[in-house]
Amino acid sequence: MIAASNAVLSGGVQLVETSLLLSPELASRAQFGWTITVHIIFAALSIGLAPFIIYFTWKDVTSDAAAYTSLREFWVRVFAVGFVMGTVTGIPMSFQFGTNFPVFSEVAGELIGGPLAFEAKMAFFLEAVFLGVLLFGRERVSDRTYILSAVLTGFGAWLSGFWILVVNAWMQTPQGFELIDRNGMEIATLTDPIAAFFTPRMPWMYVHMINASVISVTLVVAGIAAYFVWHNRTSKAWNTALKMAVVLLLITAPFQAIHGDAYGRHVADTQPQKFAAMEAHYDTGQADLHLIAVPKSVDALTDPRTDNLFTISLPALGSFLASGGDFQAEVIGLHEYDDNPPVALVFWSFRVMVGLGFLFIGLALWGGYLLRQGRLHESTRYLQAMMLASPLGFIALLTGWYVTEIGRQPWVIQDVLKTNDAVSTTLTGTEATGTLLAFVVLYLALLTAFGFVLKWLIEAELERMGVRTPAESDRPQLPWVGGDD
Amino acid sequence: MTSPLLIPVDSYLIESLPTVWFGVVMFTLAMYVALDGMDFGIGMLYATRDEHDRETLLSAFGPIWDANEVWIVAFGTTLLAAFPAVYSRLLSEHYLLAIAIVMALLFRGIAPELREQREDPAWRRRCDQLFVFGSTVTPLLLGTLVGSWIFGTSVVSLPSLLTGVGLVALCLTSGAAFLAAKTSGSLADTMVRYGTASTAAYLGGVVLLLIVVSWLNPSNVRALLWTLPAIAVVLASVVFGIGGIVAARQGRHRLWFGSTVGLSFLLVGLVGTLLYPTIYPESGLTIDAVVVSPLALNLTTILGLPVLLLVLWYFRFLYRTFAGPIDSESKGYSS
Repeated sequence: MIAASNAVLSGGVQLVETSLLLSPELASRAQFGWTITVHIIFAALSIGLAPFIIYFTWKDVTSDAAAYTSLREFWVRVFAVGFVMGTVTGIPMSFQFGTNFPVFSEVAGELIGGPLAFEAKMAFFLEAVFLGVLLFGRERVSDRTYILSAVLTGFGAWLSGFWILVVNAWMQTPQGFELIDRNGMEIATLTDPIAAFFTPRMPWMYVHMINASVISVTLVVAGIAAYFVWHNRTSKAWNTALKMAVVLLLITAPFQAIHGDAYGRHVADTQPQKFAAMEAHYDTGQADLHLIAVPKSVDALTDPRTDNLFTISLPALGSFLASGGDFQAEVIGLHEYDDNPPVALVFWSFRVMVGLGFLFIGLALWGGYLLRQGRLHESTRYLQAMMLASPLGFIALLTGWYVTEIGRQPWVIQDVLKTNDAVSTTLTGTEATGTLLAFVVLYLALLTAFGFVLKWLIEAELERMGVRTPAESDRPQLPWVGGDD
Repeated sequence: MTSPLLIPVDSYLIESLPTVWFGVVMFTLAMYVALDGMDFGIGMLYATRDEHDRETLLSAFGPIWDANEVWIVAFGTTLLAAFPAVYSRLLSEHYLLAIAIVMALLFRGIAPELREQREDPAWRRRCDQLFVFGSTVTPLLLGTLVGSWIFGTSVVSLPSLLTGVGLVALCLTSGAAFLAAKTSGSLADTMVRYGTASTAAYLGGVVLLLIVVSWLNPSNVRALLWTLPAIAVVLASVVFGIGGIVAARQGRHRLWFGSTVGLSFLLVGLVGTLLYPTIYPESGLTIDAVVVSPLALNLTTILGLPVLLLVLWYFRFLYRTFAGPIDSESKGYSS
């Protein structure tokens, strides 16, 4: 049974008994992967939007500039819809630890249960309670309490990320526990809470994820602001937002590249198998660094190897980077392991993430140059580029997580518990495939709905700016119509 | 021996700490049943209202539902943190039911948010249907899951399903009481009428459930039913239920709402009474057999319990901020 499911993991997609049902393991992994893919978009939206919400609320309450009122109201609406989406997609997430991976929950309960409970009690409640005040309480609380509500909502989002990443980082570099036999099961038993919470991966992951969320949201803010500025070049509110976004991107995008490089070295040290998969490095020895890889054939998409890729490579630089300075350093290859992650997914995800990261630096520098020249709002080409780039931050964030999570396979807890041993033994292929399908349909519908809500909010804002008259759309003006433009 | 945080490693802070955490798990469940149960009630009563009243109902629901819903996450994660094996079994052995609950909850949460995005009547009707569906089905399925948990019966069985129906009636009662307290005039009067009927249905349902499980005797529950705590909880429920109706008839709606919170706590109290000291009857697992190690539970106690008190404090702030009757003229739900 276990051998068979190992074959499933290494082989990627395999159908059980030639029926259309996926095995419980594969369906559970796909279901978790798909639901977290959708959920993390909204979680990152909350984290990344938090500084914007706090800043706009603060400026709106303390100054008379109408520009900040419209910015606050627009982005608080986006935040609110995003938060509801995050809540409803997040609850199935946390319960899937129990429904689909009960062995994982039982083995790791002591280590992951505490942080997950702290997330709910310290962060999720804080966010939900004070978002209620932020959305509905403008007339009911003092200015100071209102600003404080924005700060606490944002703080809740960042703290929520902290506890979730405590759990995830522990799964990558587990420590602070001992495996102790209990009722015939090897249970991870907490021995050192500080070691278990602050694992080697934790600071890397937290900084990288928070910054990735800020970059993703900044690109969305920039893209939407660019769209409005494109319609109305003198809009005070949206020129402010666009400038803010460009400045923020100038700081965050280069930082992410520098930080990511060091993070990569840390992964090479702590999870050599994942690092090898990121580079499709099979034979232990000196490793080249593939700066750019283009598939020669369709095979390369599913099984990237040096001989089916056109690569622009720096000889031995892989060794140099992984070891932090030694060109001759030996980098462990995938052939050392019996059971490897799906290399192609990890290899290509990594390249998409890194490539997009460099694109963002380019966009930031271009915007910074235009800003210096005072031509940010004039350059139609730049405005259009930013509109096109607005979803790309989230693509980079998702592919980055694919590297982290798929790259850890076949382990769910690195070197402690394999994913296929963590899956429910009572789950049938029919049940798992059925719920997977339901989640695919449901979450696609949610994503579509969110896209429409954004579209409607943007249309309403165009009307408010006077660019489009209400007669042109069937949607009446939002109640918060007022104007600075 | 102590850990670097000066937390005892080998023994629980107090001997009865596992039992305390059983109590905390039940408390989070009770908060969920009381608060989100009221939201479900609003969602069910929503089906009986016209467009104008619906806006009023959504104004009452808007600022608080999301915070209320977080109590289910608090329940799940507290159960995981203290009794991982129970969390694992409860969810994996009721796979389809658990997934159905979170999906129904998803419809309930998303529908009112989407509704307010468009004026189109057809769109709103569709969102309304989804809202009522989610608000009705979630407590029905949740009650079924809890029934199946405490009685160790299969999902499709009389004890499980009756628990589900009972929870629906309880949610209707607390939703009606909350709305009566938040509104005035004919809407409040209607809520008193609905609330009276649902209280009767709830108390009748509980009695019927007790007769059924006493007769079928799943997991030897009969012996537990005829003990002082269980009898006291049931009698107190009858007192709170009837007292609530009396208060409602006298126009003391806030007191009535308070009594429905009491009813929710009593129901979960009954759940706790029927379980203790077992925590998963189907496998005969006791609290002491599945509780996490002393260090883990001590840590969760020191870091988690004070925060739980803080949460209660800012819930009080939230409810006070949005206290008082709803202005029926305000368009409410949107910011």
